[in-house]
Amino acid sequence: MEKSAEELYKERNKRVEDAIRLQVPDRVPVAPFFSFFYAKYAGLTPEEAFYDYEKWRYAVKKTIVDFQPDMYLDPRFSVISPGPLLDIADCKQIKWPGHGVSPNHYSFQHIDAEYMKEDEYDAFLFDPSDYVVRTYLPRLYGVLEPLKMLPPLHSMLHGYVVAYQLGAAAKRQIVDAFEALSRANAEYLRWGSEMNSLGEELKRMGLPSWSESISQAPFDIIGDFLRGFRGVVMDMYRRPDKLIEAAEKILPMQLQRTVFFAKRTGNPRVYIPLDLGSDGFMSPQQFKTFYWPTAKKLIIGLINEGITPWLHFEVNYSSRLEIMTELPKGKTICHFERPDDIFRAKEILGDIACLKGGMPNSLLCTGTPDDVKDHCKKLIDFVGKGGGFIMDAGAAISEAKPENVKAMIDFTKEYGVYS
Amino acid sequence: MSEDLVKALSNLQEKDVLRIVQERLNNSEEPLSILEDSKTAMEIVGKRFAGGEYFIPDLIFSAEIMKAITDIVKPKLMRLGVTQHIGKFVIGTVAGDIHDIGKNIVTFMLEVNGFEVYDLGIDVPVQKFVEKIKEVTPQVVGLSGFLTLAYDSMRDTVKAIEAAGLRDRVKIIIGGGQIDENVRKYTNADAYGEDAISAVSFAKECVGGK
Repeated sequence: MEKSAEELYKERNKRVEDAIRLQVPDRVPVAPFFSFFYAKYAGLTPEEAFYDYEKWRYAVKKTIVDFQPDMYLDPRFSVISPGPLLDIADCKQIKWPGHGVSPNHYSFQHIDAEYMKEDEYDAFLFDPSDYVVRTYLPRLYGVLEPLKMLPPLHSMLHGYVVAYQLGAAAKRQIVDAFEALSRANAEYLRWGSEMNSLGEELKRMGLPSWSESISQAPFDIIGDFLRGFRGVVMDMYRRPDKLIEAAEKILPMQLQRTVFFAKRTGNPRVYIPLDLGSDGFMSPQQFKTFYWPTAKKLIIGLINEGITPWLHFEVNYSSRLEIMTELPKGKTICHFERPDDIFRAKEILGDIACLKGGMPNSLLCTGTPDDVKDHCKKLIDFVGKGGGFIMDAGAAISEAKPENVKAMIDFTKEYGVYS
Repeated sequence: MSEDLVKALSNLQEKDVLRIVQERLNNSEEPLSILEDSKTAMEIVGKRFAGGEYFIPDLIFSAEIMKAITDIVKPKLMRLGVTQHIGKFVIGTVAGDIHDIGKNIVTFMLEVNGFEVYDLGIDVPVQKFVEKIKEVTPQVVGLSGFLTLAYDSMRDTVKAIEAAGLRDRVKIIIGGGQIDENVRKYTNADAYGEDAISAVSFAKECVGGK
């Protein structure tokens, strides 16, 4: 008898949950890290993915319905914010199709720069929110440049005595900035409602979403968004104490905001890309001193709130695998990019964390369906042994051959059955 | 004296380095000898990186200190030293990709190993590679890229080099986060590099070094 959508939804959820809890599911789940593949597969231009919400929604739905993965990745992981909103805000931190990168390439790309200057740690530590509003946002978004004219936010602690400052805050330039932003609200609502109703529609079809929100290690917040990679590297040598202090300061804030958004989505799996902690980016000693202490506290803190961190070990993490044995058992998903890493991780972390990934994106892009099946077989035989494995590509799937993606999904469903 | 500078710079002791450089200039030492010692120290940094003792942050920091030395010493230079290079290398991040950390590390390692490196920057159009190869006739070309979209750009660049009749004159190596043997075959490059060290050994092979 045909299963109802509701039964399928429950079955897929259970399959994934069993794998995460290190039990043996009915078969190896497959939850592909779809990114701009949605657009490419459905024939959208990169610009349409960012600017035409209805087409983008159509592309996502078509891909998921055609490929039938156990879980799909929320499209807000690829188009993080809609193009018109980025235009209105005049976002300076990324380039997106037609805006700094070619309109023909499926990507957005981060601009690595010092958004916080080296001598601004004290201002940040003194009052992060004031720093964000008056210094950081004016640099990040052209439209918010006038915010730097505001008096210190904490001056409002003076109550009615400084009521006149409200008049100063309502400067023409600042009012204009918010008027410009009001157009962003309309875009946000239109885009958000397309994305939300798509999620509901897929749910009615029995297709659950893998993850809907993101969090990052405090060191990555500093390195990616505040100081830039070069900046944070200099700080490790020139002002190590300030760097550690800033990471400690960010930790509880990051916990609070992650729990807030995860609860709002209702999805327990939160994406944590461990960007700068990778082998290439710092020494084992630097990892232990600057990166891991606050990253680990974040992970544990989230687990205590009932969240399942989906840890993405980007590029190469071989030298850090042993440290990951400090993670609590059956509470995280460890996603590996390199096949070598995931095979070794099975031996070291196999009874601690559910493993995901291991299919090289290069193979999905350049190989044949038979190559993909061969590699799937190896992954299922070894990493899938005894449960605790979810099939996926190593990293976000944008430029892959559809027949290879299909081979990965269909072969896993067929060969990945546990007897 | 010169031992001190070599030691301080190779150990990444920024304050000591700047103090020693200033002292030597105050003692009317020839600025060029300061640069030569610094070069020796940077070679040690490169060797320590190759040996797994130093990591990328160490390279970036050493380059930063080196830049500070050059800024102090350059205006006082009476004569320029002549550097002997063992080969020429053209490098760039391919069209559509703006990532440059990996490319910069490879450039650094090639330079401390004696290569003259022409860095074309990021999001480099195919034609720009071709023109540079014609202009400087390098033995090796390095194509860098982090995203999967770089695969096609790399392949297009190799094709354009071929179409310009230059393919036999250069060896091409590719590298970046998601680059492996699958991509090497796809792009028709001569080699791929997992890291900066393998790029250096390949380049040395190409110019007939060890």
